Amino acid sequence: MSRFSSLAIKDHIRESELINKRILISAVGAALLLIILLTRLFQLQIIDEQHYSSLSENNRVSLLPIAPTRGLIYDRQGRLLAQNLPSFTLELVPEHIKDLKQTLATLRELIRISDNELVRFNKQLRRKRRFEGVPLRFRLNDAEVARVAVNQHRLPGVEIHAQLSRHYPLGSLGSHAIGYVGRIDEKELRQIDTSNYSATTHIGKVGVEKSYEQLLHGEVGFQRVETNAQGRILHVLERTLPVPGKNLYLNLDARLQAIAEQGFIEDDGALVAIDPNNGAVLALVSIPTFDPNLFVNGIDHKSYNALSQSTHRPLFNRALRGQYPPGSTLKPFIGLAGVELDEVSQHESINCPGWYMLKNDERRYRDWKREGHHATDLRKAIVESCDVYFYDLSLALSINRLHEYLTSFGLGSLTGIDIRGELPGLMPSRAWKRRTYNQPWFPGETLITGIGQGFSLTTPLQLASITATLSQLGQRYQPQILHAIQESGTEALHIQTAVPTGNVPIAKIAHWHTMIDIMEDVVHSLHGTARGISHNLAYRIAGKTGTAQVFGIKEDEEYVAEDLVKKLRDHALFIGFAPAQKPRIAVSVIVENGGSGGAIAAPIARKVMDYYLLQSEESNHVTK
Amino acid sequence: MLQSEFAETRISSGRRIMQRLHIDLPLLFGLIILAGIGMFVLYSASGQDDAMIARQLGRIVLAFVILFAVAQLSPATLSFWSPWIYGIGLLLLIAVLTLGDVGKGAQRWLDVGLFRFQPSEIMKLAVPMMIARFLTDAHLPPNRKRLLFGTILIIIPALLVAKQPDLGTALLIVCAGCFVLFLAGLSWRFITLSIVTITASTPFVWNLLREYQQQRILTLLNPENDPLGTGYHIIQSTIAIGSGGVYGKGWLNGTQSHLNFLPERNTDFIFAVFSEEFGFFGILLLLLIYIFIISRGLIIAAQSQDTYSRLLAGSLSMTFFVYLFVNIGMVSGLLPVVGVPLPLVSYGGTSIVTLMAAFGILMSIQTHRKLLARY
Repeated sequence: MSRFSSLAIKDHIRESELINKRILISAVGAALLLIILLTRLFQLQIIDEQHYSSLSENNRVSLLPIAPTRGLIYDRQGRLLAQNLPSFTLELVPEHIKDLKQTLATLRELIRISDNELVRFNKQLRRKRRFEGVPLRFRLNDAEVARVAVNQHRLPGVEIHAQLSRHYPLGSLGSHAIGYVGRIDEKELRQIDTSNYSATTHIGKVGVEKSYEQLLHGEVGFQRVETNAQGRILHVLERTLPVPGKNLYLNLDARLQAIAEQGFIEDDGALVAIDPNNGAVLALVSIPTFDPNLFVNGIDHKSYNALSQSTHRPLFNRALRGQYPPGSTLKPFIGLAGVELDEVSQHESINCPGWYMLKNDERRYRDWKREGHHATDLRKAIVESCDVYFYDLSLALSINRLHEYLTSFGLGSLTGIDIRGELPGLMPSRAWKRRTYNQPWFPGETLITGIGQGFSLTTPLQLASITATLSQLGQRYQPQILHAIQESGTEALHIQTAVPTGNVPIAKIAHWHTMIDIMEDVVHSLHGTARGISHNLAYRIAGKTGTAQVFGIKEDEEYVAEDLVKKLRDHALFIGFAPAQKPRIAVSVIVENGGSGGAIAAPIARKVMDYYLLQSEESNHVTK
Repeated sequence: MLQSEFAETRISSGRRIMQRLHIDLPLLFGLIILAGIGMFVLYSASGQDDAMIARQLGRIVLAFVILFAVAQLSPATLSFWSPWIYGIGLLLLIAVLTLGDVGKGAQRWLDVGLFRFQPSEIMKLAVPMMIARFLTDAHLPPNRKRLLFGTILIIIPALLVAKQPDLGTALLIVCAGCFVLFLAGLSWRFITLSIVTITASTPFVWNLLREYQQQRILTLLNPENDPLGTGYHIIQSTIAIGSGGVYGKGWLNGTQSHLNFLPERNTDFIFAVFSEEFGFFGILLLLLIYIFIISRGLIIAAQSQDTYSRLLAGSLSMTFFVYLFVNIGMVSGLLPVVGVPLPLVSYGGTSIVTLMAAFGILMSIQTHRKLLARY
């Protein structure tokens, strides 16, 4: 018994020793594993602490850009042309939406969502950041906002954001000058300073909005915010306010612009009005116009097609880019060159039989007046617009001197107006013809250049600019749309100074006065081609009418306006300035397929001058 | 001399009272400190959620009650009931698989009218009890036949739990059982052989794993592979730990946890919250408390009077260490994400109750020793 018991005790002691040895081994093993753990934690917390701290900081803090408020655009009288209105955007945060299809279906029951908007939404959905909202609908009206808000409980992840959206309160008025903004496209994205535009969605696309984008945009602001893992902002740690864009005051007079636009009634065309004393562009009209508001948040296909496919080409800025033959409006300038170069004297007459022939040339260059003007001097040649007189004069001047003088007014080159897209027109020369056609210059081409036909092309803006130059006796100014810049948050206006661009080399002041006097007769004399607008005129206008041939008339054909389809009718032109002795406004008008310059184009110019000189806020400056 | 004698009697009388109440003071002290720290961390991790703290406090109180209740049972009683508890646990596991509730995509819960509980938790205790009991029926070290049978006793419940699927608990059950085998003197040859076998069978086991389990292991190898999917847990928790630095961001100031970057921050990833707010020094302190508790458990095992108690106490203490190691290892990105809570700190019911019951067993083993043995 005791032997057994002592054996059991011995056995027990042996087992205890075995187990305790194993316990010790376990403890040592555990200690080793703990050392591994501690090494790992030491590595994380002490060696790599900097790395993880910055990761944690990046998790927590994000830098959010704040879009600056775009500067406003006013006309010269402070009438609002472009403003920012609060607009409601419907955004979806897909991370918070369980069933996107169902949500979209529900939304479509509540508000109108076009297929285009869905397509754009799906496109943007693919390239967004986590927890970033994707816009589905822009510019919700109050009723739509209410309908979505009432159903908000059914629509988790659907958010309505109020933001500022560009709006043009006068609609289509002056749209070619003011332009519009639109969503930044990929091409623009490569050109802009992306950090300054990090919160900006829209950018100027055309007109003043584009050309003065830098001034209008302002500088982006930033806020450092603490966000949680869901991207929700918890609090703002630091804020740098954005610098709003500068407000712009344009030289444009909105009412003058309206009167000019209405003057065209049904016709297409362009009108440019310039203050000749400084080059300020008072009106820049291209008809038809379009509603810039359509473009701000993406124009729908139907509206865009309607605009882009219309035969009237409403998106085409005729004032800057329309290149028309100047026709007879060029005659005063050629006449000036003639007297300056002594090729004609003021009172010298030639005989106009209704046609002109060059030596060794069978071709008859016809006058618009079939029976001819008979004895014609410079005055008569301009007042009644005799072609034969100018055939003769231009031949005497030769294309070289013609080119030299006309380009000295600025024809054939850009005026340098402060909005983009301008085209230079064309003043042909021997060199140009050799370059372009690899052909010599023919004398007949000098003749038709002398009446503003042939190769010559001018834009309405150029015509207004050279008219202004003429009224200033040769002093040229760069046309300017911008009148003044208003620094954000201040009342002070920084007025733009006029930019003189040289003088036309016609030295004798008397020559200028003579020409102005002749041009007054175009309007005020009995035989003047623009005499129709002189009725009840309270001031004097110096002007010149013109017609620009849309297609060539053969030697023996008669031009009969009534027989022609409207599209083939001549363009009607008029240039003029007033008051003739102390010019305050220079105007060029072109009415496409209008026919007669005197009957169709000149009345529009008179309306503009009447308003500007007699009714506008500036009219009291006028001395008659 | 007299004074020291007096002091000794006072201490020993105090010990005697504790002995009668079956409380081991050092262990109780360690557990209370740990639970207290756990409440502080949970308060921060939950975003000062008083209701959650109240629920956790209730659970801890309940767990301590269970600890005291279990401590009253003698090791002999525990040994006697071991096969029964094991058997009932096994039946419950089968019941869970056939009619259990599905929670979070896994069948773990059994609804018993008043409350739901996880039978797998029972097995964390039942398996080491059963193996210890089974091995003490014969001399140690166990022979090959007993070893095989013991292994089967471990593998059956482990497979049932893994099938729920609950990889973390299955792992802990296997560990608890294996520790008993190891302490019982498993031959080193056998250990080497098993390691080789396990390594060789890895590809087969891999195919048995569910896709999300495979994913977790893959993610561990390269968390940046899928930073917003499964790798997110590990990336965010290592950021939390690393950004804690030496001294931490301070209590309630952990940005990773308070701004919701850290997932599961109340439960399995609470260690990351602790590390972020208290830093490396905090971790050293916390680990010291854990080491104290584990050492106390191993000392109890070494001092126990019978083989059953020795094996059980040693296994339970080492299993507690495995909890700690696996949890910290996974949160710090050393181990794959398996659902193992940080013992006594993570929020959650049944695991705390099981753990406290285990410490109840340890206290029982320590306080049911015959006084004779002290000399």
